[in-house]
Amino acid sequence: MEKPKLLKTLFLSTFQLSACTFGGGFVIIPLMRKKFVNKLKWISEKEMMDLTVIAQSSPGAIAVNESILVGYHMAGFLGAIITSLGAVLPPLIIISIISLFYKAFRDNYIVNIVMTGMTAGVAAVVCDVVITMGGAIIRQKKILPICVLIGSFLAVRVFDINIIIVILFCGVLGAITTVLSEKKKEKGGMEK
Amino acid sequence: MIYLELFWSFFQIGLFSIGGGYAAMPLIQHQVVELHPWLTMTQFADIMTIAEMTPGPIAINSATFVGTQICGLPGALVATFGCVLPSFTIVITLAYIYYRFRNIKTVQGTLSSLHPVIVAMIASAALSLVILALFGQHSFPIIWENIDYVALVIFALALFVLRKWKFNPIFVMAGSGVLGAILYSIF
Repeated sequence: MEKPKLLKTLFLSTFQLSACTFGGGFVIIPLMRKKFVNKLKWISEKEMMDLTVIAQSSPGAIAVNESILVGYHMAGFLGAIITSLGAVLPPLIIISIISLFYKAFRDNYIVNIVMTGMTAGVAAVVCDVVITMGGAIIRQKKILPICVLIGSFLAVRVFDINIIIVILFCGVLGAITTVLSEKKKEKGGMEK
Repeated sequence: MIYLELFWSFFQIGLFSIGGGYAAMPLIQHQVVELHPWLTMTQFADIMTIAEMTPGPIAINSATFVGTQICGLPGALVATFGCVLPSFTIVITLAYIYYRFRNIKTVQGTLSSLHPVIVAMIASAALSLVILALFGQHSFPIIWENIDYVALVIFALALFVLRKWKFNPIFVMAGSGVLGAILYSIF
């Protein structure tokens, strides 16, 4: 695709998705997957997961981080600038307007019942992606990923451990097991 | 120099809000209510409510809100820029490293080993969203009498069409909003 057209699509996609991230940034993950992995087929499933790891390990809003990464993946530094604009503009515009009459907005009955319904929908969207992704991990039937999944859920949820510590710990664990299994393979190769 | 102060405050919020969303709340409160006389506690509670009702990250929403309240649109732009700049720099640096080294097996293995962690984070966010949607609560323990049956119906329906027919999530969210408006008006 030509660059101007690519940048335009990137901007419009992130703008549209960002305008739909109700109920916290995590909903951007299913939205991005649907758009860039399933529909446009620009990014593979595995790459998207890698990008989400990076987005989650960095400070700041996950929706913005994920957008920056998709932009960088597709069109380098310029792409990252374009997609971060796309991600930031919707909330910037909406809040600028609402701040003029935010008390009326907050107390409006219709707005409130629409939002309550929408929260239920957002919860369903995030649960859907958890079932899809979690199912994929469990179906691999490898013990370590399943233990990591359950362990890190408990660490964050029950023991209230900082996400970065969990990521660092599991990253070191992952690096060690990868190195060990590579060594094992090398050894196996030499014996043959 | 108010613009510089705004920029610096939200730069710190952007830099230290790790884990997204609600983790940023106390940081924002510290900067805009306690450290600077920009918002009263009531206004802060208001903006948190508004941030939940509108799309976009809480940090960006409050940057825009505080900026607008203090010095109009330029303030909003400066605060938002300050908020995004640290994550932009860090994310781009990490992305550069990722694309440079991702073909190395150890890097690949390490990243893949982190996929379940990310799924766990999303699952944790999902749990919070479900209890917020169905019980109107931000944290445990759940009070079962608080269950909102209308929300439960919408949630179940939305999840069903997502699983069964792979509906576009955007339509599901919009549809849930419309359904909410109709059902809550009736019941």
